Amino acid sequence: MTKVYISRVIPAQPGAVWAIVRDFNALPAWTGFVAESRIEQNFPADKVGCIRNFRLKDGGRIRERLLALSDYEMSCTYSILESPMGVENYVATLRLIPVTDGDQTFVEWSAEFDAAPDREEQLAADIGRNVFGAALASLKGRFGR
Amino acid sequence: MVEVRRSTVLDAPIEEVWAILRDFNGHETWHPSVGASRLEDGASGDMIGAVRDFRLHDGSRIREQLLALSDVETSFTYCIIEAPVMLRNYHATVRLRPVTSDGRCFWEWWARFDPSAADKQRLSRFVVQDIFEAGFRSVGALLRGERRFVAPGHRSAIPVASPVVAVEAAAVVVTRYGGPTVMELRTVRVEPPGPGEMRIRQTAIGVNYIDVYMRNGSFDLIRPPAVPGMEAVGTVESIGPGVASLKPGDRVGYACAPPGAYTTMRTMNAALVFPLPDFLSDAAAAAVLLKGISASFLLHDVYAVKRGDIVLVHAAAGGVGSILCRWAAALGATVIGTTSNAAKAEQARQRGCAHVILYTQEDFAEAVMRLTGGRGADVVYDAVGKDTFETSIRALAVRGHLVSFGQASGDVGVHSIDRLASRSVTLSRPNYGHYCDTVEELRTQTDRLFGALREGIILAEPPTLYRLAEAPAAHTDLETRKTVSSLVLIP
Repeated sequence: MTKVYISRVIPAQPGAVWAIVRDFNALPAWTGFVAESRIEQNFPADKVGCIRNFRLKDGGRIRERLLALSDYEMSCTYSILESPMGVENYVATLRLIPVTDGDQTFVEWSAEFDAAPDREEQLAADIGRNVFGAALASLKGRFGR
Repeated sequence: MVEVRRSTVLDAPIEEVWAILRDFNGHETWHPSVGASRLEDGASGDMIGAVRDFRLHDGSRIREQLLALSDVETSFTYCIIEAPVMLRNYHATVRLRPVTSDGRCFWEWWARFDPSAADKQRLSRFVVQDIFEAGFRSVGALLRGERRFVAPGHRSAIPVASPVVAVEAAAVVVTRYGGPTVMELRTVRVEPPGPGEMRIRQTAIGVNYIDVYMRNGSFDLIRPPAVPGMEAVGTVESIGPGVASLKPGDRVGYACAPPGAYTTMRTMNAALVFPLPDFLSDAAAAAVLLKGISASFLLHDVYAVKRGDIVLVHAAAGGVGSILCRWAAALGATVIGTTSNAAKAEQARQRGCAHVILYTQEDFAEAVMRLTGGRGADVVYDAVGKDTFETSIRALAVRGHLVSFGQASGDVGVHSIDRLASRSVTLSRPNYGHYCDTVEELRTQTDRLFGALREGIILAEPPTLYRLAEAPAAHTDLETRKTVSSLVLIP
């Protein structure tokens, strides 16, 4: 079991940030590395249990299931069903918390998963930097400053 | 419940911020509102359950307890256990998160509490600005190597109760000394609580025989026009400066002078008011406080009843009488009661009397001697007064003790003490106020009473209820001995 934790302050109101990341099908719109995404069985993207099926720009395909979505906590938890990354028991949570001082948003993205022991550390670093970190940098970019 | 929540980002690694905040007693070094702080009982600042006792710069004292501390979550949770503010049920959490993208620290601080509607906005603003945001700025300044931050021109002053004004209440007023009809329901002005006082919104008022004496002028406890009554229960509506023991919203009772209980709302010396246990309803508490406290000191302090004692209780089916019987029996005494008729005799037997004497039919002193094989009673509890005093002395054992604590039949009058010598008997004329006129003594009596009620040694029997405006009818029923249960007025 290994853990990844990435966080960032986005210079925008939490409501505005949540409006973007709440959509479980919107990775192509804000991450920069997802080419296309769809929700399987034509379910709404805010139906807990729905599966997003997306293709990375590098060609890999990933299926993830929405496990929890909270407009109250502004958080979203999901698991990986299929991916080329070689991870097991992967559960991740993206959460927004208001920074009342300056009306900004603290975004944290964490994951826990199992992988082959010799790959775990590298994999965690890659996910932290190239997936979560890159996505949050891209998200911040949408808000200018 | 109100929740207030603030957060900030500090330009320092989480480890540095946590090093400052983690010590529960360290706030005196970083929070601008906090003066000297100490941990109670030699606790350390990372011990769960530790209590910090500190003063704000305005001199007000607060005690807070550490409920949780996590080095994993970099968070701690605490609650207020004593404060002069209206921060009822206040509990708060501090939590730090790393901002991994740039090495800064995200700090969240939130609190939940139950303010009164009137205090909600003011208290929320106080917590947010004077506690949370002032703390954020101060730690930020410390991390930048500056001195402890105090906002220019700002002195944190903890808000006390919201401005409390005089209110109107409905009260039963004794317009002149006389019969029950001299009492009238009137609108009275209730002043806001001064230093050490509280104002109580009353929900149940006990009726006692002493109220009759106030009304008819037997005791000059009140000067008409005035409000009678010695006991009530209710909810604290507001408190004055310096009251830390009880808060608005607390369920409380009192049973003592000064008179003035027959009202929907009154102001009282907070030291005379005590919290009520949950197991007692308002009406049951109003029915039992004064009588129960009386029984408590009569049986323990005026004379200490012990196992094997023979105890004679007059009016054994009455309010104090029935409590005395049960409690004395539980203490191991053989209780002999006197009543006026057979129906009351049966009630007295149910309340722990081993023997009951109908004083209307026989000389109770002779009956006591017969029942005790000529020994007599070790103690006689006599609130009847004039009609029983002489005979009560004859009913005593050698070195027995007469407790004369009332005069339902009239003033005892002038007596020679020579009669006491024939059996070396002693005599007490206790005054209620002298057994519960300090906080400590009152606490002793209420602890004893609530303990006896909780253990079922004595019972809070359902009272007969009257509306406040029906106080004259309640007095009539009490004086004509129409009721056997306690009487309670409901505002």
